[in-house]
Amino acid sequence: MRHLIAPEDLSVSDLDELLKLADDIYKNPKKYAKVCEGKKIATLFYEPSTRTRLSFEAAMLNLGGSVLGFSSADSSSATKGESVADTMRVISSYADICAIRHPKEGAPLVAAHNSTIPVINAGDGGHNHPTQTLTDLLTIKELKGRLNNLTIGCCGDLKFGRTVHSLIHTLTRYDNNSFVLISPDELKIPAYLREEVLEQNNVPYEEVRYLEDSLPKLDLLYMTRVQKERFFNEEDYVRLKDSYILDLEKMKYAKDDMLVLHPLPRVNEIAAEVDNDPRAVYFKQAEYGVYVRMALIIKLLELEV
Amino acid sequence: MLNIDEITNGIVIDHIKAGKSMDIYYYLNLEKLDCSVAIIKNAKSRKMGRKDIIKIEGFLDIDLDVLGVLDQDITVNVIKDGKIDKKFIPSLPKEVTNIIKCKNPRCITSIEQELPHIFKLTNKEKRLYRCIYCEQAFKH
Repeated sequence: MRHLIAPEDLSVSDLDELLKLADDIYKNPKKYAKVCEGKKIATLFYEPSTRTRLSFEAAMLNLGGSVLGFSSADSSSATKGESVADTMRVISSYADICAIRHPKEGAPLVAAHNSTIPVINAGDGGHNHPTQTLTDLLTIKELKGRLNNLTIGCCGDLKFGRTVHSLIHTLTRYDNNSFVLISPDELKIPAYLREEVLEQNNVPYEEVRYLEDSLPKLDLLYMTRVQKERFFNEEDYVRLKDSYILDLEKMKYAKDDMLVLHPLPRVNEIAAEVDNDPRAVYFKQAEYGVYVRMALIIKLLELEV
Repeated sequence: MLNIDEITNGIVIDHIKAGKSMDIYYYLNLEKLDCSVAIIKNAKSRKMGRKDIIKIEGFLDIDLDVLGVLDQDITVNVIKDGKIDKKFIPSLPKEVTNIIKCKNPRCITSIEQELPHIFKLTNKEKRLYRCIYCEQAFKH
């Protein structure tokens, strides 16, 4: 039995296989409409989420399966002090596969250690969010046609932004990618990512303060929100939250075929006026998230199509 | 110069970074032993300038794995019948359980007390250990 806890749990060939399957699901959804008949996914969400939880549920429903779960810690036994391990032991007998989101880092690994069904990490604190990475990869693959030879700009909260960490981790495994990391000093990528992922793999990168300067060379711009829930100190959040706002004026500096991605929810870091620019693909990205989760469910349940 | 008697049978933990001996004392749970333990702080050292030393008399059965995790300069001398029987640099265990604790307030171990604190060696050259749950590096 396999789980998906960290992006590294999937090899490049696993990723290629998943993206290929997701592409086929996208193009031929009817073929997969009954693949999960009689199967259930449990969505254990200890932290609020709209897209991720609903996209897991939509994915299972699209495959003909059904869903159960909770959408906040308040409506689960966690309020009574039940451990993740105990919850998981019980859920294992209720469902065939489970997606867990938890504000504490490593909770999905604890779940996996205590589970008899496949566990998918749907986000653990500021740590990992591998299905967002799969979503990002599918979006890039579908709209750019490749995952290599790209100059990727990551902008905003690069310190706590788990989606950025996972994306950098994964895209360094493909040839000839380089990164432009745009953030205020306080929100730069963690040292381990710089030293153990980028430098250790000789991946070219630069860290810059301003968005405008680097826009012309980017193939992709991955925008992120400064997340209030990751700060212990309100003051720091208020000071940094409006660091970067992408608007049509700034988009003039970008290439005609640059893609703007965002894991969503967006607050004000992308002005609404950008939404109609054909390069803004973040809503399309959310749609791809369903297809790639469908592919993942099929793969982890080891179903034959 | 302060003099501490030489020990006949026991362990000498030498070349501890100055000021860190009490941490080592607690990591090794030496406070639970009945035998004599001498802690020497800020001893002169040609190699290190200042260093700490711990001498444990009459007890050899101590799990020294943690020393490799904590400090790369430490040397251990096992004394038998007043002579150095064995001298070694503690090795780096691949994994340690419940020896060091994760201090990341965002880690699941910060709220679920019964979870074992497990660290894995992720970079041998840098002697880097990371919590298996949150992957935060251990800092002594």
